[in-house]
Amino acid sequence: MIEASKSPITPAIRWQKVTINKIQKRTPTVTSFFFTPSVLFSFRAGQHVEVRLTAPDGYRAQRAYSIASAPENSGSLELAIEKLETGEVSPFFHEAAQVGDEIELRGPIGGHFIWQGSDSGPILLAGAGSGVAPLMSMIRHHANTRSDVPMLLLLSARSWEDVIFRDELLALDEKKGAFKLVLTITREMPKREGDYGRRIDTPMLVEILKRLPSPLKRTYVCGSNPFVTVASEALVGAAVEPGSIRTERYGQ
Amino acid sequence: MTVTRGFTGKQREKTEAERLPPGQALTTDFPVLSAGPTPQVKTEAWSFTLKHGPRPVAKWSWNGFNQLPQSKMTRDIHCVTTWSKFNTAWQGVMIDDILAAAGVDEPIQFALAHSFDGYSTNIPTADLIGGKAMVATLYEGKPITPDHGGPARLLVPHLYFWKSAKWINALQFTERDTAGFWEERGYHMYGDPWREQRYSGD
Repeated sequence: MIEASKSPITPAIRWQKVTINKIQKRTPTVTSFFFTPSVLFSFRAGQHVEVRLTAPDGYRAQRAYSIASAPENSGSLELAIEKLETGEVSPFFHEAAQVGDEIELRGPIGGHFIWQGSDSGPILLAGAGSGVAPLMSMIRHHANTRSDVPMLLLLSARSWEDVIFRDELLALDEKKGAFKLVLTITREMPKREGDYGRRIDTPMLVEILKRLPSPLKRTYVCGSNPFVTVASEALVGAAVEPGSIRTERYGQ
Repeated sequence: MTVTRGFTGKQREKTEAERLPPGQALTTDFPVLSAGPTPQVKTEAWSFTLKHGPRPVAKWSWNGFNQLPQSKMTRDIHCVTTWSKFNTAWQGVMIDDILAAAGVDEPIQFALAHSFDGYSTNIPTADLIGGKAMVATLYEGKPITPDHGGPARLLVPHLYFWKSAKWINALQFTERDTAGFWEERGYHMYGDPWREQRYSGD
């Protein structure tokens, strides 16, 4: 008996040339690079791309970066790149890259850490540092589609200055719509009412869950390895169903 | 050819560059990759089931599994997120010995490894037998920590490391190659790091 293969048939994700069309400093350590793809592709909020750099001797390095821009804006992909002192790709972007430069990129990649407007809520997004990038794509998608799905971002940063996309997030929060922002600043006193001044823990999450209009449906956690471990354990400690938590980890 | 059970030999000498697949960078850390929170699986609650399609063929408790013949493997591992780590030292039970203990002579062509957290990944059976893969319970001589897949994880070091399923609780043989959790979400069905089979279509 012969059965047809059910293997997924997906076209290859091809490398393409992209041009840097804008560079925007976000924080002292994070800069956004905007890319115009030569071949447009659609993506879902939360997906990532791979970037490939080639040295004159043929040496290549590639890294994955989450897309921070909204799916509605596929003609200019935003990647928020943190400068890592020991890296080889991020120093290129921070020290050498200029508007008009061409690099190689491919995507979109990832079918798990995604939020689609059709998914119901409430949704909790928990991020730290540059881990906000894929969450920002979800938040922008949420805003662009005028979604009424309750969505709360709990964002951890070292200082007020280190909050990536700070002004945009504050403006969205001030609309008092379906999106709420809670900041937790680990090395300074919080500036706003309802914000925190410590690392994410279970008591904080228990309080935050009470700010949602109904029981939490899904959580997305993104940041460094230690952050994701601590935050997802704190969520489980706050009685969040482990199967409803999706994680994405950065770096090593 | 007579294969000596439990003998894998020293890693054959190669230069660092020869040992690093294309697009990979060497790390001395041990990064963690997972789709959700780390499951805390107690060894009292642990079990491992061998299945033929939907039918269970054999099942072991933690104590029973640890009485199976032990082997060691020291191998380079390669994560799809572009890090590689050399000389990782594991101990556990070779898939060959699991099959022998279950009385399975000729397993069918494909396999799916299942995990306690509901995830799965597919591997051709040929890549699991003949001394190529084990269910590991020790890393560097110590119990594998939960974030690295403990109490037990699959180890298939010649494929990208997502194929080495963490928190394994079953190995299921299937008549056809069935995409696992990550493969359904765009990752490659086979995952050979030397051919850079990262994503579907690579």
